[in-house]
Amino acid sequence: MENITENKLNNQNENSTNEPILQLRNVSVSYAPGKKAVNNVSADIYPNTITAIMGPSGCGKSTLLRAINRMHDLYPKIETTGDIYLKGQNIMEMNPMEVRRLAGMVFQTPNPFPTMSIYDNVLAGYRLNCIKLTREEKDEIVQRSLMAVALWDEVKDVMNRRGSFLSGGQQQRLCIARTLALKPEVLLMDEPTSALDPVSTNKIEELLLDLKKNFTILIVTHNMSQAARISDNSMFMYLGDLVEYAPTRQMFTKPQHKKTEEYLTGIFG
Amino acid sequence: MKDKIFKGLLFAAALAILLLTAGVIYVLVKQSLNVFHEYGVFGFIFNAEWDPRPETEEYGAWSFIIGTLFTAFFALLLCIPFSLPVALFNGEYFKGYKISSFVSSVVDLLAGIPSIVYGLWGFYTLRPIVIQLGVNAQGFGIFLASIVLAVMIIPYASSLSAEFLSMIPDTVKEGAYSLGATRAETIRHVSLPMASSGIVAAYILALGRALGETMAVTMLIGNTTNVPTSLRDTGNTMASVIANQFGEADGLKLSALIGIGLLLFLITAVINLIAKFIMKKLSVR
Repeated sequence: MENITENKLNNQNENSTNEPILQLRNVSVSYAPGKKAVNNVSADIYPNTITAIMGPSGCGKSTLLRAINRMHDLYPKIETTGDIYLKGQNIMEMNPMEVRRLAGMVFQTPNPFPTMSIYDNVLAGYRLNCIKLTREEKDEIVQRSLMAVALWDEVKDVMNRRGSFLSGGQQQRLCIARTLALKPEVLLMDEPTSALDPVSTNKIEELLLDLKKNFTILIVTHNMSQAARISDNSMFMYLGDLVEYAPTRQMFTKPQHKKTEEYLTGIFG
Repeated sequence: MKDKIFKGLLFAAALAILLLTAGVIYVLVKQSLNVFHEYGVFGFIFNAEWDPRPETEEYGAWSFIIGTLFTAFFALLLCIPFSLPVALFNGEYFKGYKISSFVSSVVDLLAGIPSIVYGLWGFYTLRPIVIQLGVNAQGFGIFLASIVLAVMIIPYASSLSAEFLSMIPDTVKEGAYSLGATRAETIRHVSLPMASSGIVAAYILALGRALGETMAVTMLIGNTTNVPTSLRDTGNTMASVIANQFGEADGLKLSALIGIGLLLFLITAVINLIAKFIMKKLSVR
């Protein structure tokens, strides 16, 4: 695995001929001294792509994702090293709150704020950051965000109901809308469909393909066929190492590493 | 067969508790019938006169009801700025850390200090300070009693509040952090609203404790039968007047004291029921 850090991506996606939006440089995360969950990962992510992060449980894929919005800063025992550049700016030197607004995160289980209405859930980012908005601005943001996740028609008449009143798939789309409302640069999704039924999963996947036009998406997934269906590029991680990072089609047809091949063919996982 | 015996024993134990409670209520009602008969229920409750002299004998509970509510609510108010931060410390900021279990056991220790010890502390330590502050000449009164009561109910308010705060799932809090919220913003907009009904219930239970607290209050409140109108006044709570006067009471006076006991029992029972109801509603959701 010597050339792990050599992940100059030969990208065939027509959208991604430009500069990378996100650059990971020697990113390592350890939960305890000497125990690295993510080991020296470097990679470039291009704008308007979906990048799938795959690998067996415990390979560090969620940990890597959470490094990108400085989520690990919440837990003093976790140490992150290396540099992460978002549009050329090193996020490790930025205020974590600022980073988290730029790199929105969607979680494994839908987590709408149970005490807030659907309307307020979409605006939660503004409310939490104490950003004052006029009624028109609020209405505009709510409508735009909910339309972006194809939830507007389903909830426009029940705006004042609690977020927890919705079905699981709707809740997850609400959570995506809440993230989009802040106009992030990157969307980080940590197995966003693993708690959902196939129909809802399908809807979210379609949504992601649509959102790709305006956002850059990183998605951690357990589900190889999901990665194959929606992602432009794929990362395969194993025991904290980024083993392979390649265009998805290439990885699924001609994996360069034996471990990747074994994982993709179901020998382990 | 063994199972049947065990079940029978459990049934008997439960029944015994029910009978015991019923017995207490029966005695309270029976012994206080006299006074309610004499003045009527409302006549007894809303009368502020308490005059045990045989020639002008007259008994009303109003001063003590006001004294009780006054001290208890003021104590509750005083305890919030201490118990809420402790709850946040244990249930949110340092949840799962050693320091939090240390702090919460120290706070729980406060609950284990006997009431009489609080009374002595209030009498010898706090009273001179209260006099120095110029609250009143003797130091005794609503103010002093409320401060000590506030300290006594902190553990009840804070440990239950901390429990409700710590029950908020990390995933929901992470949702707030991921939107760029600071810790304080997350607490204000997510954690506190989510735990609010539980916290309210915790404070209602603490209020229940404050209402019935006897020994320390009796030592510190000044034991006068007027209706207290300010923090400087002396007075009596329902519990303290009973503790103070039951020894030399008989006849109508004894019946009046037991009547006050019955009223206190009803008030605390209602308070506890409200708290239980709120918590039950919370756990269903």
